[in-house]
Amino acid sequence: MFVKFSLFLSGLLLAFSVSASPQIENWQTSKGTQVYFVKAEELPMLDIRLVFDAGAARDPKGGVALLTSAMLNQGTQNKDTDAIATAFDDVGAEFSAESERDMAVMSLRSLSKPDALEPAIDTFVEVVSQPAFPEKSFERLINQVKTGLQGEKQSPSAIAERAFYQQLYGDHPYSTMPMGTEASVNEITIADLQQFYQQYYVANNAVLVIVGDADIKQAKSLAEKISSALPAGTKAPALPAVEPLETAREVRLPYPSSQTTILMGQPGLTRDDADFFPLYVGNHILGGSGLVSIISNEIREKRGLSYSAYSYFRPMREAGPYQFGLQTRNDQADQALEVLKQTVMDYVEQGPTEDQLIAAQKNITGGFALRLDSNSKIADYLAMMGFYQLPLDHLETFNSRVNAVTVEQIKAAYKKRIYPQKMVTVLVGGETE
Amino acid sequence: MHTLKKIVWALLIVPVIGFAQVSEYQLDNGLKLLVKPDNRAPVVVSQVWYKVGSSYEHNGITGISHILEHMMFKGTENLGPNEFSRIIAENGGSENAFTGRDYTAYFQTLEKERLEISFRLEAERMRNLVIDDAELLKEREVVAEERRMRTDDNPQSLLREAMNAAAFVNSPYHHPVIGWMNDINHYNPDDLRKWYQMWYAPNNATVVVVGDVEPDAVYQLAQKYFGPLQPEELATVKPQIEVTQRGKRTVELKAPAELPYLMMGWKVPVVTTAAEEWEPYALDVMAGILDGGASSRFARELVRGQQVASGVSAYNSAFSRLDDVFTIAGTPAQGKTIDDVKQAIFEQIDKVKQSPVTEAELQRVKTQVIASSVYQLDSVFYQAMQLGMLETVGLDWRLADSYPDKISAITAEQVQQVAKKYFIDDGLTVAELIPMPTDHTTPRPTSGDPHVR
Repeated sequence: MFVKFSLFLSGLLLAFSVSASPQIENWQTSKGTQVYFVKAEELPMLDIRLVFDAGAARDPKGGVALLTSAMLNQGTQNKDTDAIATAFDDVGAEFSAESERDMAVMSLRSLSKPDALEPAIDTFVEVVSQPAFPEKSFERLINQVKTGLQGEKQSPSAIAERAFYQQLYGDHPYSTMPMGTEASVNEITIADLQQFYQQYYVANNAVLVIVGDADIKQAKSLAEKISSALPAGTKAPALPAVEPLETAREVRLPYPSSQTTILMGQPGLTRDDADFFPLYVGNHILGGSGLVSIISNEIREKRGLSYSAYSYFRPMREAGPYQFGLQTRNDQADQALEVLKQTVMDYVEQGPTEDQLIAAQKNITGGFALRLDSNSKIADYLAMMGFYQLPLDHLETFNSRVNAVTVEQIKAAYKKRIYPQKMVTVLVGGETE
Repeated sequence: MHTLKKIVWALLIVPVIGFAQVSEYQLDNGLKLLVKPDNRAPVVVSQVWYKVGSSYEHNGITGISHILEHMMFKGTENLGPNEFSRIIAENGGSENAFTGRDYTAYFQTLEKERLEISFRLEAERMRNLVIDDAELLKEREVVAEERRMRTDDNPQSLLREAMNAAAFVNSPYHHPVIGWMNDINHYNPDDLRKWYQMWYAPNNATVVVVGDVEPDAVYQLAQKYFGPLQPEELATVKPQIEVTQRGKRTVELKAPAELPYLMMGWKVPVVTTAAEEWEPYALDVMAGILDGGASSRFARELVRGQQVASGVSAYNSAFSRLDDVFTIAGTPAQGKTIDDVKQAIFEQIDKVKQSPVTEAELQRVKTQVIASSVYQLDSVFYQAMQLGMLETVGLDWRLADSYPDKISAITAEQVQQVAKKYFIDDGLTVAELIPMPTDHTTPRPTSGDPHVR
């Protein structure tokens, strides 16, 4: 999923130098939509992301946000599902609608030659601004979600993730899974989707990203066309803050798998968190840098306990999860969990060494250019920056802020914010033989 | 595993596109070098492709190419375990490797000035790997965990593995890339050393570089680092041509699951083996007619119209090294059964056999191929991947350019011909996942081997 991926990326990667930062143009349409544009005319193509603050965090009952986004291309006042599909496919355009917790993202990729782009844009505008929510598609998509929920139940990692979010977020809107539950999905009506659409799919609640083969004049006219098709509406209200966990919780869910999937964590970072940089760089060293991280070294390299062992922050509007994970065969689950817990406790206690910090800073800043080496990566970053209202110089100052982080700052931030004794732990798997 | 759709110079679409052609070089020791400049961003991707993968393996050591790929990070004569990764990380690079049936490839993406680091390290591990006994024992455990994660605890992966094992009798496509668990548990260091010695040599490698670079400078760098390496006398690869299938094969697989799943494979030729050069391309077009976007026949008829399936996919791999299967897989919609899905798929195939696809459908597939050939240029990694894969399966990398033309040349009659010729029961393997309860009373599945304690 795009949204999940971009959040994940922006939590882990992100490093830029002034020279390679793309030239970002930012303005507001007459209807109130913030627009972020980067001209990239080397390839004859254009990417558009229309992002609404309309993810599962706004969901009145689990599944409404997801189904609303999925219904947009199912029919408009003038076109049925087949006609919309044909309109995009016939010009080689790719449309997708995704919805996670914070964002609902409508994406379009098209060739930039007018005989492809113009019909693609027209269909895109029609789909996002005049959805008809046809009954037949609604019933089919409800069934698709039910199949999706069954699919989750045969995946140990999906079972673990659902339990993890429930434990981590309790009554907070972030505990809602985008697909909802069988019970919540059964209660959804078309009226729910229409109401959700009318409230959140509005110009003042949207961010528009345009990247590709267009000049500023074309981009402005395009942005105006898309934004003016939407009602002005109002911005979604603030979400409640996430409460910290008060006690440790452990959930063991039996499942007939050969491995036990372990997730552990606590609420972590907001996008504009004051401790963002010490924690981000600190986690890069602990579990965010793949095979060279401390956790991977302890779990995989030294002991061969898991193929993948990691940790990451997923910064969100309110505190997104700080998540640790691994999978190991059932009879080693307790041992692996013990090693993981000890590793995290040691790190919170001792922090990184100066050498580890320098290596991490070199990795993050030296890889600057890689993070923005394609139109789609640039579009993902702009969507993230626009949605979370980060300053336009976010990219340019990123490297210097990473380099400014000290060992002492990481230690202090971990002591203040990370509580290994109060984390949620979820284990999904078979019993030890 | 990867759809190899092709890039194009987009001459049909826009007259001038700011991209250079590929430069091809060969060193005296046999190493092939392909360089493709792309100066949109100051980055470079460097990939080393070896002609070895699970289709080079025999029973008893299945998956050895894959675990060797893991061991390539575990130290050489001049590098400690994991030092390779640490050096790349300190230079801001990202790196990894992947193993397939027909290739093993290693890659780094770096800021463009740092290509030399990649070449220096890759040249070192091309000839100087050290297989340490203790490291191998640990890595066997890691690979066993990888297999459990990817295959044993994933019912749809298990079904795919079972289908391939039934569809292919003597072709090495019979066995999984990651290997059977019993084989994973019994690799010994000498197996690995022999395998490395046999296949890791400059005359069995292709280096692909795409990014903000100048081809001749890359060539100089390649000569400096890869040039001194000694070539190896390579083993002859046996043809292992699959025996003719004589009748439909069916597989049932029971695993803890909530959803039934159907997977069917029909034996088809690929570009490297086809007697009629156009046939694999016609099969690609057929895959596009059935499953190329929301307006394709499967989405329109089976998912939306009849609502018999929650999803159905069609996939042809025209660029395998050996004869392959055209795969169709699907999950029944709520209230529907595997048999319903199967019947609906057969009806769609019969339609393609009985009447030519419409001009509009054909045009749509061709337009999509041309568009995606442009979209793929957005990724330097993907561009390198296409060149490396084509070269490594024994084809010419220039096919990357000509693919849209090959597709554009396909007619409705040709699609009908391949449908009639290859979608026959005698070439078919049908695999069905039978869901078993997922509560904890069900015995745990194993892949045939109790774990080593």
